[in-house]
Amino acid sequence: MSNVFTLLVAREARLLFRRPAELANPLVFFAIVIALFPLAVGPESQLLQTLSPGLIWVAALLAVLLSLDGMFRSDFEDGSLEQWVLSSHPLALLVLAKVLAHWLFSGLALVLLAPLLALMLGLPGHCIPVLLMTLLLGTPVLSLLGAVGAALTVGLKRGGLLLALLILPLYIPVLILGSGALQASLQGLPVVGYLLWMASLAALAVTLTPFATAAGLAISVGE
Amino acid sequence: MQGKNLPPRIFSPAPSPKVSLSLNSPLLEAVALACERDWRMLFERLELRLAAGEMLQISGPNGSGKTSLLRLLAGLMQPTAGDVLLNGQPLAKQRAELARNLLWIGHAAGIKGLLTAEENLIWLCALHQPASRDAIWQALEQVGLRGFEDVPCHTLSAGQQRRVALARLYLAAPPLWILDEPFTALDKAGVAQLERHLAQHCENGGMVVLTTHHTLANTPDGYRELDLGQQQP
Amino acid sequence: MNWTWFHKWGSPKWFYQISGRWLPWLSAAAVLLIATGVVWGLAFAPPDYQQGNSFRIIYIHVPAAMLAQSCYVLLAVAGLVGLVWKMKIADVALQSAAPIGAWMTAIALLTGAIWGKPTWGSWWVWDARLTSMLILLFLYFGVIALGNAISNRDSAAKACAVLALVGVVNIPIIKYSVEWWNTLHQGATFKITERPAMPAEMWLPLLLMVLGFYCFFGAVLLMRMRLEVLKREARASWVKEEVAKQIEQGGVR
Repeated sequence: MSNVFTLLVAREARLLFRRPAELANPLVFFAIVIALFPLAVGPESQLLQTLSPGLIWVAALLAVLLSLDGMFRSDFEDGSLEQWVLSSHPLALLVLAKVLAHWLFSGLALVLLAPLLALMLGLPGHCIPVLLMTLLLGTPVLSLLGAVGAALTVGLKRGGLLLALLILPLYIPVLILGSGALQASLQGLPVVGYLLWMASLAALAVTLTPFATAAGLAISVGE
Repeated sequence: MQGKNLPPRIFSPAPSPKVSLSLNSPLLEAVALACERDWRMLFERLELRLAAGEMLQISGPNGSGKTSLLRLLAGLMQPTAGDVLLNGQPLAKQRAELARNLLWIGHAAGIKGLLTAEENLIWLCALHQPASRDAIWQALEQVGLRGFEDVPCHTLSAGQQRRVALARLYLAAPPLWILDEPFTALDKAGVAQLERHLAQHCENGGMVVLTTHHTLANTPDGYRELDLGQQQP
Repeated sequence: MNWTWFHKWGSPKWFYQISGRWLPWLSAAAVLLIATGVVWGLAFAPPDYQQGNSFRIIYIHVPAAMLAQSCYVLLAVAGLVGLVWKMKIADVALQSAAPIGAWMTAIALLTGAIWGKPTWGSWWVWDARLTSMLILLFLYFGVIALGNAISNRDSAAKACAVLALVGVVNIPIIKYSVEWWNTLHQGATFKITERPAMPAEMWLPLLLMVLGFYCFFGAVLLMRMRLEVLKREARASWVKEEVAKQIEQGGVR
């Protein structure tokens, strides 16, 4: 059973590395969105610093959302999902492996890129570890929750916009906690509480969402 | 002897008598099956039984519900009414049993273009029935893909890609095969070979349900045809 | 435990008949309660010592907001019943209730904004409750849009059920995170403080309004469900008889 899990992660990794553009697109999008804000609100560094926690998190949210639409799309179109559903392995386990692979290659890259963009927005260096921690805890939740929406909309022709409508409201707690932690660290306040909350959200998402995603996939395949 | 020559199915609007036409007890049964898609009834009160050694070809015009019927039988879709039974029990309650018994190759066969033939098969085997690397290479050789084992599938022709999927039939396979248009894109030799292989599977006590538009040249003793087009209202 | 009452709900015909019997009572109760509540609340209840007469909008705002929240819970419960027991009537309930819930949320938001003008001096402030309501509206939009996007109605119902369940788990988390966000950023200045010491002349009409709204909701939900059941069961003989009867009565009238 764990064999299938590692095999699926390895397979997804192989697929992503043979089509690296799909990996890079959300990252480029993330960088562009961040670059838009100084152009829109002006280059004043004090203002940008105050806004930076929110900007980084909103941009990260949108970048993850962008990468979600394709999460199950090709598996749906080429019949892989039918094979998953009919397999003797629990669908939720396969889903978890898939989401893990997705996060390892899109979410993690986002986490690594974020400090650079944060520094460009004028976030002080002492906030960078907090930024990394919140993103490390928060982006898996975004991927896991997003997978539910992706599974429910995978059979639809233009599911992308609908996916955003379904998922963005559910992202609000992560957004509040993530940017709240950054803001607190910007003001020199303790952030442990935020991080613990984010960790419990992550634990909740890991345990519950694979089942919802599996149910969603079975529904989409059965349509 | 009763059996092979009788009409294989009871497919009438009237409630059907419960006579088992097969001598063996059926593995797969459909009871009063109905399927509705987008407010259109594709078929109603469909009954069928499939026991060891039998092959069922589902035919009918486009849009008559062939693929839907296959998907119902494989448990991928839920019927509007009626039940699909596996060993006499509702399908929905025995997913594990179904997974052990079923090999499904849909119209899209689950082959990734970016992966090689070997990688594709390794994954599909890990998902369904374990097979050794040697067995996979042998199966690929049997479907005529020797030398193409480590080429990404998107560089193969459509027929060759179909062969990659069909190679699963040459591995230690479960008894019940449900195949949606397995002959698509195959050349003449490939079609003949697959027909022989399917017939042989049935002779060995396996079961095949398939859809295809062409007339099978090589059929096993337990062969029957179900025409969904007959029942259009 | 005897479960026959539960299994009866699986029969659309039984539902149609029983709901037909409940509907007049429910509608009458709704009209009576709302009429009494409106007249009492708007004309006879004493004005608030701080807000004067503008507080009277709570007689619409509070029932709508309560209904909006409980309707989402109803969606999730119906979704669970539909998924676990494969009960068709639960699917119907889910999809019929979602638009009503969305309307109630919209009414709560609108009345909240109108109330905000005299109280806070602005049509919209990012108050925790208003913000949560806004998010709830988005959640309703998601369920409705998903239901409309999937053409196969069984799949649509199941997909909505999964979404509603995920949503209902998330709602408390969203609610608390929004409240926390609000206290962090604005302090408690903008909170509508609940006054437990509301005199009986004020809260009694409110209670009537709340009950009336629930009855109204029940009546509208039943009507929508009955229509949907007729549509879905259009092939069944009892539906044909029922529709023929209705047409005949309409012709006589």
